[in-house]
Amino acid sequence: MAEPFSTVWAVETQDVTKVFGNHLALRGVNLKVAGGESVVLYGPNGAGKTTLLRVLSTIMKPTSGNILIDGLNLKDHAEALQRRMGIVSHHTFLYNSLTAFENLDFYSRMYDVPDARERIREVVDMVGMTARLHDRVGILSRGMQQRLSIARALLHKPSLMLLDEPETGLDQQAISMLWEALKSEGQGKRTVIFTTHTLERGLELGERLLILDRGKIVHESATKDMDLACLKETYRRATGVGV
Amino acid sequence: MSFWRKALAITRKDALSELRTKEIISSVLVFALLVILTFNFAFGANQETMKLVAPGILWVTFTFSGVLSLNRSFISEVEQDCLEGLKVCPVGREAIYVGKALGSLLFMLIIEAIALPVFALFFNLQVLSPQLVLITFLATVGFVSVGILFSALSVNTRAREMVLPILFLPIVVPVVISAVKASELALSGATWSALSSGILIILAFDAIFLVASFFTFSFVIEE
Repeated sequence: MAEPFSTVWAVETQDVTKVFGNHLALRGVNLKVAGGESVVLYGPNGAGKTTLLRVLSTIMKPTSGNILIDGLNLKDHAEALQRRMGIVSHHTFLYNSLTAFENLDFYSRMYDVPDARERIREVVDMVGMTARLHDRVGILSRGMQQRLSIARALLHKPSLMLLDEPETGLDQQAISMLWEALKSEGQGKRTVIFTTHTLERGLELGERLLILDRGKIVHESATKDMDLACLKETYRRATGVGV
Repeated sequence: MSFWRKALAITRKDALSELRTKEIISSVLVFALLVILTFNFAFGANQETMKLVAPGILWVTFTFSGVLSLNRSFISEVEQDCLEGLKVCPVGREAIYVGKALGSLLFMLIIEAIALPVFALFFNLQVLSPQLVLITFLATVGFVSVGILFSALSVNTRAREMVLPILFLPIVVPVVISAVKASELALSGATWSALSSGILIILAFDAIFLVASFFTFSFVIEE
């Protein structure tokens, strides 16, 4: 992990815990992500990957601990920091009864996107959905909806992308398109934190990998230091689950 | 300004969605008309009886239609986890409350605007007086302002259709009772001054419900 020039991390979590009833979903997660870095989260089902992303994205509040985005506490600057985040979840956050355009228009109002029409055209073009812009979301395939969900997340040009298995339902061409659109746009490189169950994909796209197990980060390393066989062995040792 | 722009964007989105699906207005309107029709048959053509029971029938119709309408209000937000999509937007929870409440108010007022003339026709009563229109509007504001809070509360429960009326109706009873009393006076041709205390009571409940719901909504939609 490269130390940023200033001591401000794009994302920093300090002893973050999350409790559901008597189940501890996150157990003191400490994470530091530099600006422009791409981090992949691995882990078996129930490891806490989705919960961590939900806590980072403000969908959930942590039970304890602090989250800093660009050095600002998420608790105190939620609205300002939400403008810097783009979120792609298991669900698309899209309204089935509205058209693709109407959905994006609605979210552009929520994010105060300037020149919204122009921006909608740009993001829809990025994800290859221009021809379906005026179709109702409910009639689109799962893959198309996922593309649109990515367009929604990119609308306000976020500097931080939080992606929970973003490739769900996408074909190979759409996957390539997705990563092109996500990793950079304009001048700056985005900070990306994503989860995936495909080890190869994580190795290819992440610069650093984290393995979570039972709510804790149990392994952390640079992806360039790993090949697939090594990762499989590390994953098995860290989680006790073979892949 | 941003608060209102975002709240109105939510209302606009709900209105657009309703224009497409006609899920709320069409089904609730049919229900409301059926209730009016059923009561009309139940009480026969006796004009004296009609006058006596009309305010009650009117508010039974609006109350249960309103519950049906409120039940649907957050359904679209649950599909595809859109409520979470709203929560990650840089928009205050209070703006979400206002946007959703304005949408529901709009739908209920449309339903009432259609149901009232039908009610007048079936019951042969002068219900389209400015007094009754004002009472209906004010009571609906109170009804929706607290109803939207309970709709958000119940939407993630398994038996939401049951949970909403069970939680909501005992709370909204003061508004409904005040509305029935004021409507009774309005239907008997009472003057504005005679109605003023009834209207003030409804206004007071509106204010209490609006303020309380506005400030508690953010707690209700957290996890």
